[in-house]
Amino acid sequence: MHPTDFTLRGAIDALNEGIISSVELTTAHLDAIAALNPRLNAYITVTGEQALEQARASDARRKEGVAGPLEGVPLAIKDLFCTAGTLTTAGSRILGRFTPPYESTVSGNLLRDGAVFLGKANLDEFAMGSSNTTSASGPVENPWSRANDPDTRLVPGGSSGGSAAAVAARLALGATATDTGGSIRQPAAFCGIAGIKPTYGRCSRFGIVAFASSLDQAGPVARTVEDCAILLKSMAGFDPKDSTSADVPVPDFAAACARGVKGLRIGVPKEYRLEGTPPEIEALWEQGLEWLRAQGAETVEISLPHTKYALPTYYIVAPAEASSNLARYDGVRFGLRVTEQGSDLRDLYERTRAQGFGAEVRRRILIGTYVLSAGYYDAYYLKAQKIRALIKRDFDEAFGKVDAIVTPATPSAAFGMDEKQDDPVKMYLNDVFTVTANLAGLPGLAVPAGLDAQGLPLGLQVIGKSFDEETVFAVGAAIEQAANFTALPRLRAGA
Amino acid sequence: MSLDIATVRRIAALARIRLEEGELAQAQAELNGILGWIEQLQAVNTEGVEPMAGGGAVALRPRPDAVTDGSIADKILANAPDRQGDYFGVPKVVE
Repeated sequence: MHPTDFTLRGAIDALNEGIISSVELTTAHLDAIAALNPRLNAYITVTGEQALEQARASDARRKEGVAGPLEGVPLAIKDLFCTAGTLTTAGSRILGRFTPPYESTVSGNLLRDGAVFLGKANLDEFAMGSSNTTSASGPVENPWSRANDPDTRLVPGGSSGGSAAAVAARLALGATATDTGGSIRQPAAFCGIAGIKPTYGRCSRFGIVAFASSLDQAGPVARTVEDCAILLKSMAGFDPKDSTSADVPVPDFAAACARGVKGLRIGVPKEYRLEGTPPEIEALWEQGLEWLRAQGAETVEISLPHTKYALPTYYIVAPAEASSNLARYDGVRFGLRVTEQGSDLRDLYERTRAQGFGAEVRRRILIGTYVLSAGYYDAYYLKAQKIRALIKRDFDEAFGKVDAIVTPATPSAAFGMDEKQDDPVKMYLNDVFTVTANLAGLPGLAVPAGLDAQGLPLGLQVIGKSFDEETVFAVGAAIEQAANFTALPRLRAGA
Repeated sequence: MSLDIATVRRIAALARIRLEEGELAQAQAELNGILGWIEQLQAVNTEGVEPMAGGGAVALRPRPDAVTDGSIADKILANAPDRQGDYFGVPKVVE
């Protein structure tokens, strides 16, 4: 067996049993990165020497009988997490040479538990996008391709496209990601892997480059549901450095994967039956529900009446928060500075931000600035906050009747790199099934469940109650087991 | 609500993003496309609904008003585009 083919759980077992060392495991992944990253562009920065140093230290700790829960496991870190002493770009020109002097809490938690960092994964600029085509470091390619059209390069989804592509292509055993409107779940679904956005407040946002603070949550992507559970256990936890971090115990998520679904009530929201959804996605959804019924769950139709307003609500709330968060990029304290002869301070700001931000980020800052501006605040921003409350109320009422909700993860399989690039709104529609969980602050998991007619992966989504990731993992693992998803992407290590 | 060119210019100025004259028309079209799509929200009855500001159900915690770090000027200035001693350099602001 090639070392890059281990699941994360399998690698931990193999390390514990002495079948493989962290240095061997890390070397195999670095070799795979060297072979495939020039094509996939999943990593912006590869920290090979540092990774080997961490792996050697990990092997030494293990020899002394000290092993953390992730001891020696090589991971990719989305380049939105600040890593002390390692370039952190957020996929933007404006942070192109930014080296943080501090570590994000989530990546610090992973290091505390013994993880090895292979490098920083590519992403849409400032995590704004659904195709990973807006990165200043260039687009990421999906390791999967259409069976009858293998030459068309597909997007991995976004914004955590590099994380998802790296894990699918076996260039990491797992990766950190973030999700503001679907940025963990949509790329996980497009790349045939699992990914969870936990409840808002479960993972600290400290040291994660901010996009929309009331929506941003960190979470893992990995090749199995259990692997996600293991990673989330390490990433999560109370952090006084984030005022919205929840001071609640972190349960044993991996144990919850084996709970089963017997007796659970699974909600099926009728408003998620959208016109224009491909029949194979509808069929896969029905198949997923059938699998759950066969394992003892009951499925119940529910109504989430404000679903259709979720995306436009998001496209007020998220840009508004982004315009405020991204005001810090002023060319003065860190990041890019652009001036001309005779520039005054205002000209410095305007030139720096015009050249430092890409088109989509500029667009969202402008929208956000407008909806927060005097005279329009009530009509747009306040209105959106009220509709957000109604969307949350829909879920609160539904969760009075059901334990979890199952929906498709995305309205399509991965698309071509040059598709959907002409109209921003068309791109935004990718998040139609995922964005509601961000607005309501709920946990959502994407799990690979089948292939479309072209051989591309399709995912299902499990949404849970606030801080009930355990049920989400139980349902996700039950779908995973029934789906028995064994298909592999064409581009992968060892292939 | 449809934005005219003057409004686009004003928003860009508020956002401190330089837009060249030649870029205004495209920005106007894109912003109006997005705003037109968002307009459907006006149809939702939100009378008596309390706006939801944060992402979590947990109330914000007060914390002790205490100094928790300091004396890290070098770290803070490490990424400065124009460091001048222990200061960030900017173009002359006061005549």
